[in-house]
Amino acid sequence: MVMNWLMKEDGLLSVSGLKVRLNNHLILDNVSFEVKKDDTLAIIGPNGAGKTVLFKALLGLLPYEGKITWSPDVKVGYVPQKLFIGKDVPLTVEEFLKFKEKSGEKIANALDQVGFKDNSHLLKSKLGVLSGGELQRVLIAFAILAGPNVLLFDEPTSGVDLSGEETVYALINRLQKEKDLAIIFISHELEVVSKYAANVLCLNKEKICFGPPKKVISKQSLEKLYGEDIHLYHHAGHHH
Amino acid sequence: MAFLIFVGALVGASSGFLGSFMVLKRMSLVGDALSHVALPGLALGLTLGINPMFGALAALTIAVLGIWYLGEKTEVYSEALVGVFFTASLAIGILITPEPELLEALFGNLGKIGYSDGLITIGAAAMIFLVTSRISQKLLLGVVSEDLARSTGVKMSTVNLVYLLLVGLVVALGVKFVGTLLTGALVIVPAAAAKNLAGSLRSYHWLSIFIGTISVVAGIFIAGFLGLPSGPIVVLFSILCFALSYAFKN
Repeated sequence: MVMNWLMKEDGLLSVSGLKVRLNNHLILDNVSFEVKKDDTLAIIGPNGAGKTVLFKALLGLLPYEGKITWSPDVKVGYVPQKLFIGKDVPLTVEEFLKFKEKSGEKIANALDQVGFKDNSHLLKSKLGVLSGGELQRVLIAFAILAGPNVLLFDEPTSGVDLSGEETVYALINRLQKEKDLAIIFISHELEVVSKYAANVLCLNKEKICFGPPKKVISKQSLEKLYGEDIHLYHHAGHHH
Repeated sequence: MAFLIFVGALVGASSGFLGSFMVLKRMSLVGDALSHVALPGLALGLTLGINPMFGALAALTIAVLGIWYLGEKTEVYSEALVGVFFTASLAIGILITPEPELLEALFGNLGKIGYSDGLITIGAAAMIFLVTSRISQKLLLGVVSEDLARSTGVKMSTVNLVYLLLVGLVVALGVKFVGTLLTGALVIVPAAAAKNLAGSLRSYHWLSIFIGTISVVAGIFIAGFLGLPSGPIVVLFSILCFALSYAFKN
């Protein structure tokens, strides 16, 4: 059945009965969902719900039980959660991006797409001295360099210091339209999820809900997802 | 003498190059601890009448496999366990090293470096530069983020193993020059000094190679001139470079 679904032109990813155990703890239990080629899927859930673990399983970085099937032509770009790179690490943005792509033209192009118009100074800067927003955009540029058709994005922060008016979500949204990408992102910010995601997967060890945000995000499903903390979450979300 | 200087320069250069990765990987103390493991292997080599360098290399290879296994298979990297294991091997090494050779095993002896050692060193240094250059991008991407590296298809586990084996090799090469107690310094100090000065990876690697080379060469000359053992002078010279780089940075 999984194969049949992926045979369809617009199928990108099919996950069925996914279980992940770490140190004998069941982190994900019987998670199933599907992603289409032009989808924007948000994964929400409380801390420790297994969101990042799900990403790692999707990337093949962790052992798992169950089935994860990507369409045969998939090319995944991964933007990891915040990285901590020391100011004294002698690695320039240019050297970092060249790990992935040697062509200076393609690098300039990717940087342009994430909003760095004049990038000669940036290229010579050390990765460790960038602001959080700049580093995030460099990581996005790294991810799109190889021409992916899906981006996995672990907790984009709607960066206060993302230069210009464009938020990281608006940037992802624009990239999706320009580059014909599917996006799967982890988020804590419910209003962002409602605004940008076509579908949402509520996760807390198991699948709590799945579907378009308007349909599945309800008081009941959120209570089930976050328990008593739901008000806190709403509150925090508005102030981000 | 010229041959000795040349071989020493190669040891300094390859230590500096490999060390530049070790410092970024925050494994400096592993480099130091590893050098202690060379001693029991060296002692066994002496006792069995084979080239002590091979004995040291064998012991280092076993230790490297142990470190690698701990790093890959356990959740928490067991620094304390590494420390315990390595001091144990130093203690055992001191006990089983034949008394007359103990001092040179600990601090090196240039007089004992023969042509065969030199040729082995030349071959090994060539291999170190070749292999390290091939895996350097993968290693460094792993420094930024192991997950990111693995998501682009890098087999981090294999890359780390190959790298650590090369470190074992370079420590074995350094043992005859500066001895088992100080060869770790040859891996760490030039790289640490280079990190203070470098603004890019390219300059970092070259500076580290340069400081490693100049430390060994200058150290051998100064030690010869003053009639002192070369090992400590080589290490002190590299530490002088570090101090200067630190002052320059601030």
